[in-house]
Amino acid sequence: MLNYILSRFFSALIVIFGVSCLVFLLIHMVPGDPVELMLGESARPADREALRVALGLDQPVMTQLLHYLTNLVQFDLGESIHQRQPITQLLAERIPATVQLALVSLVVAILIAIPLGAIAAVKRGSHWDQLAMGFSLFGISIPNFWMGPLLILVFSLWLGWFPVSGKEGLSSIVLPALTLGTAMASILARMVRSTLLEVLGEDYIRTARAKGLSEVQVVWRHGLRNAMLPVITLIGLQLGTLLGGAVITETVFSWPGVGQLTIEAIKKRDYPVVQACVLLISLSYVVVNVFTDIVYAAIDPRIRLGDGE
Amino acid sequence: MTDVLLEVKNLNTWFDSRAGRANVVDDVSFSIRRGETFALLGESGCGKSMTALSIMQLLPNQAANNMSGEVLLEGQDLLQLPEVAMRTVRGNRIAMIFQEPMTSLNPVLTVGVQIGEVLTKHKGLKGAASKARIIELLEAVGIPDPTQRIDEYPHQLSGGMKQRIMIAIALAGDPDLLIADEPTTALDVTIQAQVLDLLRKLQKETGMAVLMITHDLAVVSEMVDRVGVMYAGQIVEMASRDDFFNEPQHPYSQKLFDAIPSMGKRDEALAIIPGTVPDLAQEFHQCRFADRCQFSWDTCQQQVPRWISGNDSRGVRCHLYDSTIENKSRVAEKVELISTSSSNTGEELLTVSNLKVHFPIHKGLLKRVAGYVYAVDDVSLRVNRGQTLALVGESGCGKTTLGKGIIQLVKPTDGSVLFNGADLTQLSQNELRSRRKDFQIIFQDPYSSMNPRMMVGDIIEEGMIAQGIGDSAEARRVIVDELLQQVGLRPEHRNRYPHEFSGGQRQRICVARALAVNPKIIVCDEPTSALDVSVQAQILNLLKDLQKQYQLAFLFITHNISVVAYLADDVAVMYLGRIVERGSVQEVLENAKHPYTQALLSAVPTIDKESKQEILRLEGDPPSPINPPNGCHFHPRCPKAINECRSEYPKSRTISSTHEVSCHLY
Repeated sequence: MLNYILSRFFSALIVIFGVSCLVFLLIHMVPGDPVELMLGESARPADREALRVALGLDQPVMTQLLHYLTNLVQFDLGESIHQRQPITQLLAERIPATVQLALVSLVVAILIAIPLGAIAAVKRGSHWDQLAMGFSLFGISIPNFWMGPLLILVFSLWLGWFPVSGKEGLSSIVLPALTLGTAMASILARMVRSTLLEVLGEDYIRTARAKGLSEVQVVWRHGLRNAMLPVITLIGLQLGTLLGGAVITETVFSWPGVGQLTIEAIKKRDYPVVQACVLLISLSYVVVNVFTDIVYAAIDPRIRLGDGE
Repeated sequence: MTDVLLEVKNLNTWFDSRAGRANVVDDVSFSIRRGETFALLGESGCGKSMTALSIMQLLPNQAANNMSGEVLLEGQDLLQLPEVAMRTVRGNRIAMIFQEPMTSLNPVLTVGVQIGEVLTKHKGLKGAASKARIIELLEAVGIPDPTQRIDEYPHQLSGGMKQRIMIAIALAGDPDLLIADEPTTALDVTIQAQVLDLLRKLQKETGMAVLMITHDLAVVSEMVDRVGVMYAGQIVEMASRDDFFNEPQHPYSQKLFDAIPSMGKRDEALAIIPGTVPDLAQEFHQCRFADRCQFSWDTCQQQVPRWISGNDSRGVRCHLYDSTIENKSRVAEKVELISTSSSNTGEELLTVSNLKVHFPIHKGLLKRVAGYVYAVDDVSLRVNRGQTLALVGESGCGKTTLGKGIIQLVKPTDGSVLFNGADLTQLSQNELRSRRKDFQIIFQDPYSSMNPRMMVGDIIEEGMIAQGIGDSAEARRVIVDELLQQVGLRPEHRNRYPHEFSGGQRQRICVARALAVNPKIIVCDEPTSALDVSVQAQILNLLKDLQKQYQLAFLFITHNISVVAYLADDVAVMYLGRIVERGSVQEVLENAKHPYTQALLSAVPTIDKESKQEILRLEGDPPSPINPPNGCHFHPRCPKAINECRSEYPKSRTISSTHEVSCHLY
């Protein structure tokens, strides 16, 4: 098990290094002169030169890369051009909000998706199945930028139960988490249903029934755990997206997270910040994937007790 | 008698489909006494498993409630019980074990949890009491180290061990009746012998009754008190074991006996049952077996035969035994003799010398080689033109890898394969490709070895195109048509897809595909082990026929000794990657020298108990080919091992000019 975890961390490190290099190159892949793009065509040559020096763009590429990587190891991501603040500090302000929203949305999604998918699979072809899958189709089809305002309209403006936007107190997280959670749950529920259907056809389910176990025990103990692997892969991918900042939902609800920061930085052409945000999004995918691999092992003894290959 | 435990009366189970209603279990009645073993015997699709699942009410969803009749367990009709009450019967009073131990255990739960569930549910045992009982059960089914095994997962156990765990789960509820659905079909013969011994022992200790579902006459002969033969959803004959084996009455039962290959039948074609099982989605106004029966006359086509009871619970469903019907049966034709006066030309076709196939095992982050699987280790053998060499051994012994290594489907690590004078291991890819027409292979599973999206004609033609056989598409089509007829199919089958054929027919297509390029040798990798015995007979007849016609040589890979006895000229016995004994078929089967060969032969269940030589039971499972034991690989399991066996691998000793054995005893 320890070997397995170590090998997963090792491969993650390699990926992180690769991603960092790619993100660094991003600024060099922008067509035209990045400095001109940031300052606009009317900027004075002196200002341009100052920015170029500030960004280190006057150095040879390899030197820049080395510089960038050494800073990165020391958690120094440079400075925001507009806010004149270290980017690490900017991110540190935003990350907790994003993580909070991501985790709460995830819990909402799982709480909806697993019962919904399980009922649909067990009662396959029944009205329950149709209802669950109908809900799921509904959730997949509705974009977040429509679902968000709809929830605000009903629950904030008409019923006045939750604040319209911002992040103040516990109640403010409900609507954005519902928006993100239902969207995630819709896809997850489908996945739970299809993998559980497959598992329920396996021989060991017949064995479990032959033991005289009740249907709930059969599905819960013997079915769901075996059906979880593909579901966890999907949860991992979705959580990766959420941790990078749910750009649209954060904007709709003025949620002070990384997604909002990314949008602002793009609007203001604050390249170092954009770069840092892209890096953060990539990193969150890598981290979540390592985590998913570990969860796999916890669930499936064939992975845990194999030699980590 | 009042000690009837289970009585099944007029049980019907049906599936509805667009084609109509199919009665997969049709008016089945039988009873099982306490402590008795009763077998339902029949080929695939005859309804024997469906009968068992109906008793348990574990039918697939689409037929979950499609049952009528009565299933009386000590007088109580199970079909009338609500599902909740049925759950106190399942796993408690009636337990069941299944054919595939590999997939019948939950991979993510430990063995202990899976047994403990039954104890909690039916015995109210929890915690330490439950654990103590689990360990007792594991001991009872012969699992070594039960205190350690209790926390292991199914994938850490061998197939035989898994089946023992299944039996422990079944025993946990102290059932009155154990339903065993083909419990040993997926296991090797030596493991099968262990499991059957175990079932017999447990039955004696617990006094439970067993309903054995099987297709294997030999298992029936060794295990049961009474037997019911099923055909097309009905029981067609019922008899005590002795009556049945002395004189099977129903023509179908007789055919089942005749279809079994054996040494004594070497000079004749095996009996086959022509045609196929009728479609069950119809109303029957005739005997279901009439179209395939050698005795049938017009009455059989016009009237459903009734159940004729004889004395001592014997009965048969056949007009032949109905005194109210005039017997106008045809006289059975004599089986045709095919002279198999061995076409041994002595001409050497294939010589394998010191062949090794080692697979490296990669470990760690840097994938360095941590060891090797010695799948084939220093094997030498010879096949003459027109001859059959059988390669026998348990699963995992390397026989399939050897077959593939010989025809270069895996690259041998070392050694040479001389075929027609050229060393195949030294040829370049291109040279090899053009020579592939000389050696072909037929695989075990005719269901997965053909591309489902290609038509049969294209499958057969593909090899011909690759090898440049036949000048034009037209010429090739003529050859394909001939081939199809030769293997007993019709030319118009050319435009059909594999899924439209039965298992036996598919294997015929595979034979035709192999024949299409005029090979000199065909490697047959368990070509009949996925098939029913009557279908197996057809394929064996076909192979024998083709061999004579084309001077074909076969390298026949199998674990089925009776097939070897019927078909092979020479036999090589393989254990953990090495050949331990080889010789002519008479020498090896009738005068086996190596203790492993002896054990293998004595593990094969036989129909007549008397012919059995000394019984030699092997303990445990074959060791892994990654770390073969020092000295003779077989010594840890060998009942006759002496000191030398532990230190040194025995050299090959000559018994006769053709018989060699690698054993220190000689």
